[in-house]
Amino acid sequence: MSNENFDPIIVGFFCNWCSYRAADLAGSARIKYPSNVRIIRVMCSGRVDPTFVLKALADGADGVMIAGCHPGECHYINQNYKAMRRYEMLKHTLSAMGVEPERVRLVWASAAEGQQLAEAIDELVGDVRRLGPLHWLQNWDENGQRQKALDDIVKEHEEAMEVSA
Amino acid sequence: MADKIGIYVCHCGSNIAGTIDVEEVARWAGKNIEGVVVSRDYKFMCSSLGQQMIEDDIKNEGLTGVVVGACSPHLHEKTFRNACKRAGLNPFLCQMTNLREHVSWVNSDKAAGTKKAKALIFAAAERVKRQKPLEPMEVEVNPATLVVGGGIAGLQATLELADAGYPVYLVEREPSIGGHMAQFDKTFPTLDCSACILTPKMSEVGQHENVTLLTYSELEEVSGSVGNFKVKIRKKARYVDEDKCTGCGICIEKCPRKVIDNAFEAGMGYRKAIYSPFPQAVPRIPVIDTENCTWFTRGKCRVCSKVCPTDAVDYDQKDETVELNVGNIIMATGWKLFDCKRIPQYGFGRLANVYTSMEFERLCNAAGPTSGKIVMRDGKTEPKSVAIVHCVGSRDVNFNPYCSAVCCMAALKFGHLVLEKTKAEVYSFYIDIRTPMKEYEEFYQRLLGEGMHFIRGKVAEVTDAARRPEEHGKLIVQAEDTLLGKQRRIPVDMVILMGGLEPQADAKELGLKCGISCSMAGWYTERHPKLDPVATMTDGVFVAGVCQGPKDIPAAVAQGAAAAARVAGMIAKGIVTIEPIVASIDEENCSGCRICNDLCPFNAIEYDEEKKVSRVITALCKGCGTCVAACPAGVITGAHFNNEQIFAEIDGILWDANPQAEVEIASV
Repeated sequence: MSNENFDPIIVGFFCNWCSYRAADLAGSARIKYPSNVRIIRVMCSGRVDPTFVLKALADGADGVMIAGCHPGECHYINQNYKAMRRYEMLKHTLSAMGVEPERVRLVWASAAEGQQLAEAIDELVGDVRRLGPLHWLQNWDENGQRQKALDDIVKEHEEAMEVSA
Repeated sequence: MADKIGIYVCHCGSNIAGTIDVEEVARWAGKNIEGVVVSRDYKFMCSSLGQQMIEDDIKNEGLTGVVVGACSPHLHEKTFRNACKRAGLNPFLCQMTNLREHVSWVNSDKAAGTKKAKALIFAAAERVKRQKPLEPMEVEVNPATLVVGGGIAGLQATLELADAGYPVYLVEREPSIGGHMAQFDKTFPTLDCSACILTPKMSEVGQHENVTLLTYSELEEVSGSVGNFKVKIRKKARYVDEDKCTGCGICIEKCPRKVIDNAFEAGMGYRKAIYSPFPQAVPRIPVIDTENCTWFTRGKCRVCSKVCPTDAVDYDQKDETVELNVGNIIMATGWKLFDCKRIPQYGFGRLANVYTSMEFERLCNAAGPTSGKIVMRDGKTEPKSVAIVHCVGSRDVNFNPYCSAVCCMAALKFGHLVLEKTKAEVYSFYIDIRTPMKEYEEFYQRLLGEGMHFIRGKVAEVTDAARRPEEHGKLIVQAEDTLLGKQRRIPVDMVILMGGLEPQADAKELGLKCGISCSMAGWYTERHPKLDPVATMTDGVFVAGVCQGPKDIPAAVAQGAAAAARVAGMIAKGIVTIEPIVASIDEENCSGCRICNDLCPFNAIEYDEEKKVSRVITALCKGCGTCVAACPAGVITGAHFNNEQIFAEIDGILWDANPQAEVEIASV
């Protein structure tokens, strides 16, 4: 599916305090990065409900970037850790739904890291471009990966249930 | 009501118009976005003419929402919200979208930029249609203030507020106020005696009509929010009735039990089992150390009770919880010394004549265990040579990476005192000498003149293993002299380790009680490291002194006064306004699962045991929205960032991604 001309659309959910300001800084410093990422401001990465990500992918986005303050630097003490936990779970769900988890990325960017944020955007856009368009709703066929992920979850559950006496 | 949206696309000179076809974006938005009644572009939207244009449209067209596509909302959101407010539109019905920092400045392809700008404008328009008018809340400010910590920063804050006529509760964990400064001998660079400048302040606080002193007490619990905090203080049992005790001290004199004083005397001296930490303690009321008191450990003695002329000793006293209502809290909880035993190669605790800086403070203090005589552990021999080791546990990646800020000057002070009081040679082993404040560098120059030896090198080891005849019976300090470029072994009689400053062991726990966080190193995080080093992210909680980061006495005093000024400003105003971006719970539909309760680091969600539902304490909520995202029943709403608004924003931002999605929006 990989296509050099493919121009992916990526939705960004950026925390108000660090990452959104990192994007502001990238702008003020005139750092160029692909225009594929469209940023939605949330107060905290902890506000990002996994359904936002699923909705964005279902609505036609090819990838999602969630960005928050670095661990230990959260404006709300530790809510970015909660974003991190949700992200880990979300990746499982995505693969069970037949979506490559690499399309969704959690990054940390402090308000001083405009350059690093631009590099992370470059990288994600490149990766999504290699993966090709998602067309999630139209592409809802079994692709093998999805079945494997579902099987893995069942196996994980079975293992978890086997509690030795 | 039908939406009437106004779209305003800013050129920002050529800053935006250079890489975005702004006229096209405005034209396109006017034609394609439902509910848009005006769509304009303008050279400088933030200019008074631009603002006037928006105001006129709100009045003439009856706009129900405004979208401004310009710079970052962090720059001009207030500007445009105010413009809306002036025209009678609720400021929260204005949405900014960032066409400059997030599009034109990071992009050089005009077609791509225009496409992205359209998506952002579409998203903002979809969002603004679902935004609700919000009003900031106002609460009254209780004029009483809680100051936690009776060191110099806390004392200064207390006095400033009390002198301004406001009531202050000062909580101190130790039996007396005074903090670390009370332990010091001299203060650099002026060499005033620490007690001479501190104790007058202590008695002023002790006698002030507006100050309620709560010593030997701990902060247990904080609830409520700015303007109206409720705090619980645990007054630990002193076993001495504060009302009856006159502070005559006869109980201390007669107590037969001597104990090594590890707190105030840093292990260098003794105190009794009933004690006051030092003679000028405020208050003068002693406490009984139950771990060592013969009555508490063996059920015998009662000497203190027998000799007390006012019958103040009360062995049955219990801890007591005091509840206070205050409007603001100042945290001035101070620091603790780096545990020098953590660097075993420096020999502290193993080699007798290795001292910590705090031990040395007591050793050369005229009120200390040796009455200020600098002698070695045998109690009589004066050292002939002294080594001072800088940066013990500071500027060291293995322990604390930061500079403790005060040790260089303290080391110079020690050098001066040793040279003044003894005939010893003094060697200072330093990485860099840091003397950045007023008259500090002059003090360093003075010590160079007084004959203190400076060796630039981090000490590798302090050992008693002699290699040469002159090293026998000495402590040998080994370091690489980086100016000479060779290893040096200096035999000395006494070694002083300049231990760094560390956060109090329970700083984090205490911080969480009032909703403030710590940096990686464990210092309290200020609201802004440059522009607001006194306030914290929790409104009504301020920080002062070393608990916010290593600093010297003048800086701690300045910060204490600054915190007090901020509090006084709030009390004088009488009311505070609270941002309306908060969460709320639909109690009708809350299942009472309590998942949200533990997610909130500000303790803003309480559980109603009776109704079995959770409830947001609005004044405490910071609006992060983590609980909103976590509620399995979806009954928590985050004002201004609710699901409907964000879903609409996602729909809008992807207007060109999926033809189906576009149809959906049109039908909403």
